[in-house]
Amino acid sequence: MTLKSDDVRSIAHLARLHIDDDSVDQYVDDLSSILTLVDQMNLVDSSGVKPLANPLDASQRLRVDEVTESNQRDKFQQIAPDVADGFYRVPRVIE
Amino acid sequence: MALTVTEIRQGLAAGEFSSSEITRDYLARIAQHNPALNCFISVTEALALDQARAADERLAMGNAGLLTGVPIAHKDLFCTDGVRTSCASRILDNFIAPYDATVIERFRETGAVMLGKTNMDEFAMGSSNENSHYGSVANPWKTTHVPGGSSGGSAAAVAAGLAPAATGTDTGGSIRQPAALCGVTGIKPTYGRVSRYGMIAFGSSLDQGGPFARSAADCALLLQAMAGFDARDSTSSETPVPDYSATLDQGIEGLRIGLPKEYFAEGLDSRLAKVIDTAIDELRRLGADIREISLPNTGLSIPTYYVIAMAEASSNLSRFDGVRFGHRCADPVDLEDLYKRSRGEGFGKEVKRRILIGTYALSAGYYDAYYLKAQQLRRMIKDDFQAAFDSVDLILGPTTPEVAFAIGAKTDDPVSMYLQDIYTISLNLAGLPGMSLPVGFVDGLPVGMQLFANYFDEARLLQTAHQYQQVSDWHLQTPEAFS
Repeated sequence: MTLKSDDVRSIAHLARLHIDDDSVDQYVDDLSSILTLVDQMNLVDSSGVKPLANPLDASQRLRVDEVTESNQRDKFQQIAPDVADGFYRVPRVIE
Repeated sequence: MALTVTEIRQGLAAGEFSSSEITRDYLARIAQHNPALNCFISVTEALALDQARAADERLAMGNAGLLTGVPIAHKDLFCTDGVRTSCASRILDNFIAPYDATVIERFRETGAVMLGKTNMDEFAMGSSNENSHYGSVANPWKTTHVPGGSSGGSAAAVAAGLAPAATGTDTGGSIRQPAALCGVTGIKPTYGRVSRYGMIAFGSSLDQGGPFARSAADCALLLQAMAGFDARDSTSSETPVPDYSATLDQGIEGLRIGLPKEYFAEGLDSRLAKVIDTAIDELRRLGADIREISLPNTGLSIPTYYVIAMAEASSNLSRFDGVRFGHRCADPVDLEDLYKRSRGEGFGKEVKRRILIGTYALSAGYYDAYYLKAQQLRRMIKDDFQAAFDSVDLILGPTTPEVAFAIGAKTDDPVSMYLQDIYTISLNLAGLPGMSLPVGFVDGLPVGMQLFANYFDEARLLQTAHQYQQVSDWHLQTPEAFS
C-alpha cells in the first residue's frame, strides 16, 4: 500500500494534527512502509472468524447510573491553559 | 548496594535500617548516576522523604503493610496526584495529575515510598526509549546502548540500583523487552489483573501494568500490591488474587513447558539462542518436561498488533486537544487551528505516525480491511495459544531476537524497530500473562528468557522463575559501573 502526499494531508486533517509541509514526504515514506507491513494480514484467509475486541471475550461491565464523583472543578481548572469564570476558554466558535 | 525488596523488608522489620535512611541512599544514588543514565524524568525527593518518615512511624507502631517503607520508582505514565505526569511527551510537560492511578493509590496505602517518575517512550510508543521528549535512557550495562522500551527508565533504574523495584506498563512488550535488555525481572499480568485506572491509555484492549524488580520473589510482592479488582476500570477482572509468594517454593517437577518452534526460527541471534538453550537445560534438570509446540500464526502478530494498537491509540490520544490540560499553541486563530497546532507541537514523530496510521485504519471505507481484519487475526492468534495450553502448562522462548542495540541504530526505520517486538506482542493480543527473566549475557549485554502462562496463572510464572533463580545468579548481576 502506497500513500500520496494528498492522502497524508487528508489523514492529518481527520486527526486534527498539524504536520509541516516539508515533513509530508517523510510521512508518505514512513506510513507507506508501515502499511506494506500491515498488508501481510491479507496473506491469511480469515473469512468467517469472529472478530476479537476484548482478549478475554468479556463485555464492558455496567454500573448503576448514579453520581459517584464529587465536583472538583477548581482543582481541574488549575491545570487548564485558559479559563474564566469556571469555563474553559477557546477562540470564538460562533460569529 | 543493590538490595532486593525482600532484603529491604527484612532489614526494616529487624530495625537494621530505617526507611528514611534507605530512601536517602537511593536518592543519593539517583543524584549521582541519573545524569549519565537519564532514567528519571522527575525525582520526588521531598515527597519520598515525607513518605519514608511516615513509613518509619508505621513500622515503629507495628502496623506495617506489605511494602511499608520500600522505595519504588513509577513509570511516568501512572497519574500521581500533585506530581507532574508527562508520559514523556511535550504535550503533557506541564501536566500535574489531579488524581492518583489505582496502582499508585495501592502503593501509597501499603506505605511504599515513591522515589520519582521514570523515563519512557512517549505515550509508551517505542521499543528503545529513544522516543522521549526528555531524551534517551542509557543501558546501565553499556551506556551507548538502548535500555529497551517503552518502560526503559524503570528497567534501567532497577538494573543500576537506583531503585529496588519499579512499575511499568506493557502494551506490546514494554515491560518484558526492557527487562530483558537491562537484565532484570519483569512480569506482564493477565489483561484485567491490574487496574488501568489512571494509567494514561495507549491501546486500551492491550495495556497492562506490572512490576520490575531484581528477582521473581520481589515481583511476587509487587504484583500482590498492584493486582485486584477495581470498579473504576471497566475491564478489571473480579477473579480472586492468590498469594503469589505462597507457591514460590514449590518445585517444578513434571511441569510441562512448550517451546514454540516459531520462536527459535530464523531471525533469532544464534548466540542468544545458545544462552536460552542453557537455561532450558537447567529447567530440565529441575524436572520440567520440555516439549516442542507450534504457534502457527506468530508471523501475523506484528501487522495485527500495529493495526489494533495504532487504531486504539489514535482514538485515545484525541483527548489531548489543548483545551482542558496540557500544551496549547500560541495565538490560535480559531478552534481548528488550536487543535491542530497544539497537537502538532505537542506530539513527537513516532506518536504522530501512529495517530496517522490509526486514523487511516479507522476511516470510512478502510475499517473492514484493517481494524476488522486485525480483530479476526487476533482471535486466530489467541486460539493458537489456547490450543497450546491444552498440552503444556507454560510456554518458553526468548524475549527479544537480539540483545540491546546501539542508541540511534534503528531510529530511521520504524518498521525495523517494530520487528523487535516479534516475541512479545502475541501475548498482549491474547491478553495472557508473561514474564522475562535474565538468563545470561552476549557481548556483555543481558539476555532475557520469556515465560507465558494461561489466563490468571501468574503464580505459576513467578514460581517457575523463582525456582530457576534458586539455581542461577544471572538476576543478581549488577553492571560494574553502578555496583
